[in-house]
Formats: sequence, structure tokens, C-alpha cells
Amino acid sequence: MDAEVLLKLHHLHLELPNGTALLEDVSLSVRRGDALGVVGESGSGKSLTAMSVMGLLPGLKASGAIRFEGCELLGMKDREWRRLRGAGMAMIFQDPMTAFLPVRSIGAQIDEQIRLHERLSRREARARTVALLGRMGVPDPEAAAKRYPHQLSGGLRQRAMIAMALSCGPALLIADEPTTALDVTVQAQILTLLCEIRDSGAGVMLITHDMGVVAQTCTHVAVVYSGLVVEQGPVAAVMARPLHPYTQALLEAIPPLDGPRPDALPTIPGRPPAPDARPEGCVFAPRCRFVRPDCAVRPALREPEEGRRVACVLYDA
Amino acid sequence: MIRSFASRTGQMLLVIFGISVLVFAIFFATPGADPTARIAGRGASPQVVARIRAEYGFDRPLPAQYATMMQKLFVSRDLTSFVNHGQRVVPEVLQAAPVTLSLVLWAAFFWVSGSLVFGIAAAVLRDSWVDRLLMVLGLIGLSMPVFWLGEVVNLVTQSRWHDTFLFRWVPPLGYVPFSQSPWGWAKALFLPSLTLAVCFIGLYARVLRSELLTAMGEDSIRTARAKGAGPVRVWLWHGLRLSWLSYVSLFGLDFAQLLGGGALLTEVVFAMPGVGRLTYQALATLDLPLIMATVMYAAVFVVIANALVDGLYALLDPRIREGRHGR
Repeated sequence: MDAEVLLKLHHLHLELPNGTALLEDVSLSVRRGDALGVVGESGSGKSLTAMSVMGLLPGLKASGAIRFEGCELLGMKDREWRRLRGAGMAMIFQDPMTAFLPVRSIGAQIDEQIRLHERLSRREARARTVALLGRMGVPDPEAAAKRYPHQLSGGLRQRAMIAMALSCGPALLIADEPTTALDVTVQAQILTLLCEIRDSGAGVMLITHDMGVVAQTCTHVAVVYSGLVVEQGPVAAVMARPLHPYTQALLEAIPPLDGPRPDALPTIPGRPPAPDARPEGCVFAPRCRFVRPDCAVRPALREPEEGRRVACVLYDA
Repeated sequence: MIRSFASRTGQMLLVIFGISVLVFAIFFATPGADPTARIAGRGASPQVVARIRAEYGFDRPLPAQYATMMQKLFVSRDLTSFVNHGQRVVPEVLQAAPVTLSLVLWAAFFWVSGSLVFGIAAAVLRDSWVDRLLMVLGLIGLSMPVFWLGEVVNLVTQSRWHDTFLFRWVPPLGYVPFSQSPWGWAKALFLPSLTLAVCFIGLYARVLRSELLTAMGEDSIRTARAKGAGPVRVWLWHGLRLSWLSYVSLFGLDFAQLLGGGALLTEVVFAMPGVGRLTYQALATLDLPLIMATVMYAAVFVVIANALVDGLYALLDPRIREGRHGR
């Protein structure tokens, strides 16, 4: 696998105007044909990471580096960013019901995105829209394009959303909890669709809180906790042998599929720290079962093994 | 489609019928007052009173009286004002209607365009000094009584500075029919309609601003930005699309009530012979048939305008077409 790096976040730091840091240190990378799962609890900053890649966070101060196809995105002019959004990178949102404009047909909304980025006539744009919807497995795409979001089922809406995201052939697809609002069978179909997109050569960044979804779809995973990436690596390796105590605890909290059902699932005691009350040292230390005195100094993200990175004192040489 | 149209028309007729019964009951079936004497006006001779009693059937039961009244109002249209020496009431109202319609159309044009500009500007520049200034101006416009503002406008443009270059073009008070001179029509209506529009501009700009700001927080706006749409497109195309529903419904109500005589004060101050001024005169002379006619006319207009707005609503929001939002 010598796929080139498509997106690279390097020590991304994001803070509110009042100085509260929302993201402290997010470093991750997505290569073409890879799917990176970004996993974390609510409030860990995974959605913020996605939004900052899209440049959709006005009013927040970002520092560090976001490199997309070799260009630095931070500090780019809004006009240039606009050209990238939708065309170079596209985003799929959690709830396709609210993410579509309720008062226009989905076809019109997909046409709009195509025509924003390419000089096409209405008819050409519509032809592409219909083709895309068909490719996403929407039955009778021509009629579906004329329908309004509320007239479609949740699964079809999300397919339409994905069709819209893919309409200009983006190199990077960011999916922010794309299946959370859907029921389980539809969820599986949508995830299969994401896998196909990945196999066709685009980079996918999948934001989720569900380790199962990551195992099903992604090639790599980054675990985010309280605005920091604590562990990163290939999915199979991380799932088989998680290094960071937080990842271990997360994986233990998944109910087993076979064998006797446990009386109670293991939980992680305590709650993630608020952005303005983050510990000085390791952010996970207050909840960690392996906590040691040297956790008072924040550990850096190291690479103890080939391809795997972890921020924990346990692996400091 | 045809079914919903038919049911809508049926509802309208039912509402108009209800209003007519109510109006009739208030004027003619109130216990302790003789409607004959009221129609005849003050100091009418016994012969006139007797004739009216026979003509309107006031010696017959109430349903018959109601039927006679409606027949005179809508079918034969020969309801006569006795206060005003046998003037036919219905043609009078129909003559006044175009005046009111012109005035209100102009005012609607001013208040819609004004409030769109101010509302969008204030929303885009929210919390800046422009926003605050516009909202304070809106509040001032909202709280200025239209009759006072009208008098001030008259004072300035008709007497104080009438002979300066600024207001030399202002025609004398009154109305010029469109068929007579379109330019004169526009000139005569400019200041009255602007005066009428001022308080609506203030109100509508405030409503639009807050609706627009709410809409901009919606997920679909975030999607629009993620698609690569520029700020102008996001605000005007997506944002307005989401926020003008309550604006339109408010507009329908205000427009209808103005057409139905709500522009009374403006019409009186600017001497516009419209429906509002007709109502005003009828009230001043206690001209019962005329009051009856103007009230019924107003009711019909309010009902029609409401139906039109409902139709517009369905055009704007496909969810309403399917009755998803309930009535």
C-alpha cells in the first residue's frame, strides 16, 4: 500500500474566541482508498475535526496544519475554500431529514451542487443527478429526484445525501455519523455503499461513536478523547490488541455476540473532562485504571510499533 | 387538487355566511332597538319609517328579514341609504374599492421591499451597529401612529415646504384614478402609501430578521455551505426559502385587513375616497345600510385574501400541500 496521503492534520488546535481549547492536538492522515474511522464519545471533538477540515467553523481560531492534496487549508481565503467544498471534499451529515432543505426537491438540491462547481446546463446536471441516484441504488431515480425530502424514507434520503456528496467526484468524503439516524438494516446498506466509494479510490473519513461501524467499514481508526488523538492505527490491529487504556475500555464495553451474556457491561467510570477543565497531564488519567505518577505530564503521540501510534506513558521506551 | 379547491371554496362560503348572520344579528336583531328608526336616520318622518318597515320586512320574522337584507345587498344591490338622500350603497362601496386597492397595493410594495432590505441587512450584520440602528428605526416606525405621521407628512409636503423643490411635485390631497392619468395616480398615492407602509416596514423587518437568524442555524444551511455555496446564495436562496413562511402568513392577514377598511385612518388623513373613509363617514352619520355594506365587503375581502395566502403557502412549502403540518 503506497497510496499517497490525501489529507493530513498536523497538531490541529482549535479554540473558542475566549481561549477555551476545543481541540488540543489532533494529528491524523487519510490516504486515497483508505477509510479512516474517527471514534470518540460525544463532545470528544470528532465532529469539530470534520468541520474544521471543511472550513465550516467561522468564529473559531484554528492553528496547526491541515494539508489537503498538498495544499495548506488553514489561512486559505473563503473563495478558495468554497471552490474546494463540495468539489474536492464533500460531507455527509447525520440526519438527512434536516440536512436537506425541506422546501426543494432533492434533485434540485443535487443539481445545485453540480452547477455550483461545473458549467453545465440544467438538463445535463439533472441527467448526472439521476445517474448518481441510480448508482446509489435509489429505485426509479428519475421520479425520486422530483420528490421532496419528507416524501422519501430515511435510507433513501441518506442515499440521496451521498449522491449529492459524490456529485462532483470529491477526492475526500467526510461522513459525520452517517448511520446514526437510520435503522440497522438500512445502516448496513449505507455502510456497504461507503465501502464501495472507498474502493473506487476516494478517501473516506468516517466520524462515529460506534466501534462496530468502524470494524465494518474502515481500514484505519483514530480514537479521539477530549480533543486529542490518543491512538491511531490499522483497524484490524487496533481491534485485536488495543494499546491505549481508553481504547481497551471502549472495546470492552461492546456486548459479546456469543457465549454467556454478562450481567453488566463494563463501563468507564467518570465522565470526559469539559474543554475548560482538561487535566494538565494525560487527559484520560482521571478515569484510567493504570494511572501512574508520570501521567501528570502529557504523553506525546509515539509510534511504538510500525504503523501504530499511541499517546500513553505505558508505551514510553 | 380540484377536490381541495372545492372544499376550500365551500369553507369560504360558510365563513362568509357566518359573518353575514353575525353582522345582521348585531345590527338588526339586537333587542331593545328598532332597526327601522336606525335605517331611517335621525328625524325621519312617520311616512318614511312606515315605508322602510314594509320594504325591509321588519314586521316579519327574523329569517325573512335576513333574507331580504342579503337580497338587497348581493342580488338586487339596491340597498339605499336614507341618511344620504337615497344614495345606493353598493355602487358606492364598489366605487371606493379600487381606491383602497391601489393604496394598499402601493403600500404593500413599499413595506415588502423595505422590510426585505432592512431585515436581511440587519440579519447579515447582526449585533453590529447597523443591525441595532435598523432595529431601533423599526421600533420607531412601529410605534408611530399612522394618523399622526400622516398629518406631519401633510404639514410638511402640503404647506410648510410645499413650494421648495423637494415637494413641489406633491399633488393636492385626494385620489386620481389610474384610467385618468397613471402618472397622477402614482403621484397621488406615493406619500399616503409610504405613510401607511412605515409601521409595517418596522414590524416585518423585525420578523424577517429573527426568522432568518433562526433559519441560518438549521442543518440544511450547513449543508448548503458544505456544498460550496457562497454567502449571497446561502442567505438569499437557502435562508429566505426557509424563513419566509411566517412572513407570508403575516402579510396575508395584514393585506386583507387593510383591503377590508383597515387603512381607514390613512384614507381619512389623506382624503382618499376609499372603503375605510366610507366606513368612517357611515359611522359619523350612523348610516346603517352603508355600515352593513362596508362590513360585509370587508369580510368578503379578508376571506378571499386568506384563501389566496393559503394557496401561496402550499406553493412555497410542499409539506403543507400534503397536510403534514395540520391545520
